[in-house]
Amino acid sequence: MQRSNTYIIIFSLVLTIILGGLLSLASVGLRPAQKIAEELSAKRQILSAVMEVDPNANVLPIFDERISSVVIDSEGNLIESDEKGNPVDAANVDLEKQFKLAPEERMFPVFMFHEEGDPENITAYIFAFYGNGLWDNIWGYVALETDMNTIAGAVFDHAGETPGLGARITEQQIEDRYKGKNIFNDQGELVSVDMLKSENNPPNALDEHNINGLSGATITAKGVNKMLENYFRYYLPYIEKIKGKDKKIARSLN
Amino acid sequence: MAETIEKKVVKKPSEPLLSKRRKKFVIDPLSDDNPITIQVLGICSALAVTTQLKPTLVMALSVTFVMIFSSLFISLLRNLIPTRVRIIVQLAIIASLVSLVNEVLHAYAFDVYKQLSVFVGLIITNCIVMGRLEAFAMGNKPYDSMLDAFGSAMGYSWIIIAVAFFRELLGSGKLFGFAVFDTIGWSTFPTNGLMVSPVGAFIILGLIIWVQRAKMGYVEQH
Repeated sequence: MQRSNTYIIIFSLVLTIILGGLLSLASVGLRPAQKIAEELSAKRQILSAVMEVDPNANVLPIFDERISSVVIDSEGNLIESDEKGNPVDAANVDLEKQFKLAPEERMFPVFMFHEEGDPENITAYIFAFYGNGLWDNIWGYVALETDMNTIAGAVFDHAGETPGLGARITEQQIEDRYKGKNIFNDQGELVSVDMLKSENNPPNALDEHNINGLSGATITAKGVNKMLENYFRYYLPYIEKIKGKDKKIARSLN
Repeated sequence: MAETIEKKVVKKPSEPLLSKRRKKFVIDPLSDDNPITIQVLGICSALAVTTQLKPTLVMALSVTFVMIFSSLFISLLRNLIPTRVRIIVQLAIIASLVSLVNEVLHAYAFDVYKQLSVFVGLIITNCIVMGRLEAFAMGNKPYDSMLDAFGSAMGYSWIIIAVAFFRELLGSGKLFGFAVFDTIGWSTFPTNGLMVSPVGAFIILGLIIWVQRAKMGYVEQH
């Protein structure tokens, strides 16, 4: 049956309003549950940078027992409260929002992995990273051992990299390539760790600062390199401070 | 006079809920008219999500949900929908349901949500969904349309679950993430990397189609 144009327009309008309304309701209603799911996933990622996390385990108690955290600025100074005066919690720092600010204005969360119930006995420092991949943002957590040089573990995630190519940064096998690599060279300069082009580099091309990259996803690999280098630079003042403190502790023990 | 009027409204005996005609809606797409193996629709997601059983199961459930409810709504509205904009109306309803599924997964199954990522969104373009709306729900009553959608969704689901079963078992030696071969003591089982890549899905899908067509003697018309 041929209907009039007015009927078609009214029909479309009504349908759009009803569907749009229902979707907004669903979106608003589910937002709190989504927030919780995201937070859980982030905490699981932070933990998996330093330990094996059972996919079925409840990570919240483990996180509370073994992780303490601080928020710092790009000078390595602690930030206690945001501009509104509210206390900041590293786990709640929105990395994406911070990424849009100038580096000097950003807040950087640092997580300390310590022995159970003993916050003084830190075994690793976990730093948060954020950057650009090929299609969308990428982020991750890299853990440094207490020498502040050796990478204890890394975990990456992405918003829209190509499945099977760039999205492979989330695979354990890729993340494990970072384990044991050093971010400082022998002269004590920050050089970070770079993924090379392609995956079959000759062994002599690989060293403690260079690892195999991603075949078919060179731009994603470059994004990861850039992200690591930039953020290690932002964390550098803090890393230097921790190094200095460790030396003092070591001296007082003698 | 009154009596004659009453006689006119003789009630037809209502069709049983699962009459022979209706059973056909559900049974046919399972094998004889399977959307994937016979009509070769919805291949994209059948290849992409079937590396593991868990996301595949979620995908199958999502598609089933979207198909049944879009068929219901389209069938309810079928006499109101202007013919000239019917495709866009179908799309709007499918897209809304898919977004709803996406939001729910985001909230309650975040891991699977991340794994499936774009593929849930791509249910919108899954030809099976729109195909059934256009071919059936636009011209049939709500209950029949829902049965028809359910049948097609099941036809899609069992194929992708079968493909995922073999891909996860042979590709990673696991089922639902449970290490099968390790448990039965065959820890040296050689997992096949081909099965993890989309090529593996093509091979298994091809084998299923081969077996099925050989059994029912189906030959494509040229």
